Amino acid sequence: MSSVRVLVGTKKGAFVLNADGKRKDWKVDGPFFAGWEIYHLKGSPVDPNRIYVSQTSGWFGQLIQRSDDGGKTWHQPGMADEALPAPGPPTPLPNRFAYDTSAETGAPLTTHQWYDGTQHPWEFKRVWHIEPSVTDPNTVYAGVEDAALFRSTDGGESWHELSGLRGHGSGSKWMPGAGGMGLHTILIDPANPDRMYIAISAAGAFRTDDGGKTWKPINRGLVSNFMPDPNAEVGHCVHHVAMHRSRPDVLFMQKHWDIMRTDDAGENWREVSGNLPTDFGFVIDVHAHEPETLYVVPIKSDSEHFPLDGKLRVYRSRSGGNEWEALAKGLPEKDCYVNVLRDAMAVDTLDDCGIYFGTTGGQVYASADSGETWMPIVHDLPAVLSVEVQTL
Amino acid sequence: MSEAGSRVALVRVALPYHLRNLARVDGDVEVEAAVPVTIRSVLDALEGRYPTLRGTIRDHDTGQRRAFLRFFACGEDWSLESPEKLLPDAIAQGREPLLVIGAIAGG
Repeated sequence: MSSVRVLVGTKKGAFVLNADGKRKDWKVDGPFFAGWEIYHLKGSPVDPNRIYVSQTSGWFGQLIQRSDDGGKTWHQPGMADEALPAPGPPTPLPNRFAYDTSAETGAPLTTHQWYDGTQHPWEFKRVWHIEPSVTDPNTVYAGVEDAALFRSTDGGESWHELSGLRGHGSGSKWMPGAGGMGLHTILIDPANPDRMYIAISAAGAFRTDDGGKTWKPINRGLVSNFMPDPNAEVGHCVHHVAMHRSRPDVLFMQKHWDIMRTDDAGENWREVSGNLPTDFGFVIDVHAHEPETLYVVPIKSDSEHFPLDGKLRVYRSRSGGNEWEALAKGLPEKDCYVNVLRDAMAVDTLDDCGIYFGTTGGQVYASADSGETWMPIVHDLPAVLSVEVQTL
Repeated sequence: MSEAGSRVALVRVALPYHLRNLARVDGDVEVEAAVPVTIRSVLDALEGRYPTLRGTIRDHDTGQRRAFLRFFACGEDWSLESPEKLLPDAIAQGREPLLVIGAIAGG
């Protein structure tokens, strides 16, 4: 029987939750990296035993961890012998993320917009999102704050910026969202690895068609009333973007207000919020087998980051947006004031698609029936920052 | 203890909890720091001996101390001293440890 492995990043460590295909009885392992902020962890679709982790701390900075055995043991890439130095050439620096400022390949770009409208230098703070390649377990992308895209081709032992993103021309207009200027979404077209989409809070969405060398903003149709020009080319606060692997030209976006959809790879977006009680939120995801079935968790507003009326609800559309239905069976119906952060929802690929999400209150909920019913896997973890799931 | 005429000195370093975990050590560590013993030479030795600590105490490229970490030697705050300044004999001779302390901030 197939099984699932849920990878949970929290404010104080990572957890690995395992269950068989019934998804009823769960084994909880962790906390790994206890006390550290685990912004994201994700497994390679090519080798499910290979898992990458963004481990970060305000005191000690950024680390990358890797497992080659499905989460049983971990090491910093290139340092499998733990603290013992290897003889020979200098050891890898798997936690070095240096912006490319070289004359040959670096962007002639040194500043971005700051909260007060002035220009501010780029400063690396942390890795927000890790996206393993769909073809090679040793190739992995990292979206970082201050927004930039890095790639490793040696299993995380070294990282190099894909500087064409920051350097394409609009970077000086990018500005931080409330949580910082993070590159939080990386989507790889499974049929065309030269095409990737990324999203930045609060710059917007971007696309490359040449493997990351050049990029273009893809924000036409997004409207953000907090900006002087609501229809500007960049500056939109995109919270998350989701894609179904069978239709890589179709994307769904949860923005700072509005659910948006594109059918032409981001060339044009249209709103599909429809009958949602509120269209603010962070997560969005797509059913594994139904490309028009979407999931969001509506949050009251940008001033009050919790569910409406204290009721935690997932909303599902089976029509690609506009028509939404509330899914509440098994979720708290009162006194629930948690948030669900942008990387904290995922789906498995079992026949009866499972949906998972984690909350800032430390719960991880699972549905083994496409959202009809929910149950908590765990109640009292630290605030959940990310949820990914592997189908084994 | 340092040895007369040697090019390294055995220096003790006290690490905060999370860095002890990264280095897989309990208690203070001893490293062979290049003489003259300075914060830089101690950190070079520490990171050479425990590569998992690289980037966690000072920036990879600038060498600057991370903002929420402090250095103490013989009861004095050395965080703002030049990394090239000679550490006290008690540190250089291994009688007292160089302390790397995380700021009590942030909860």
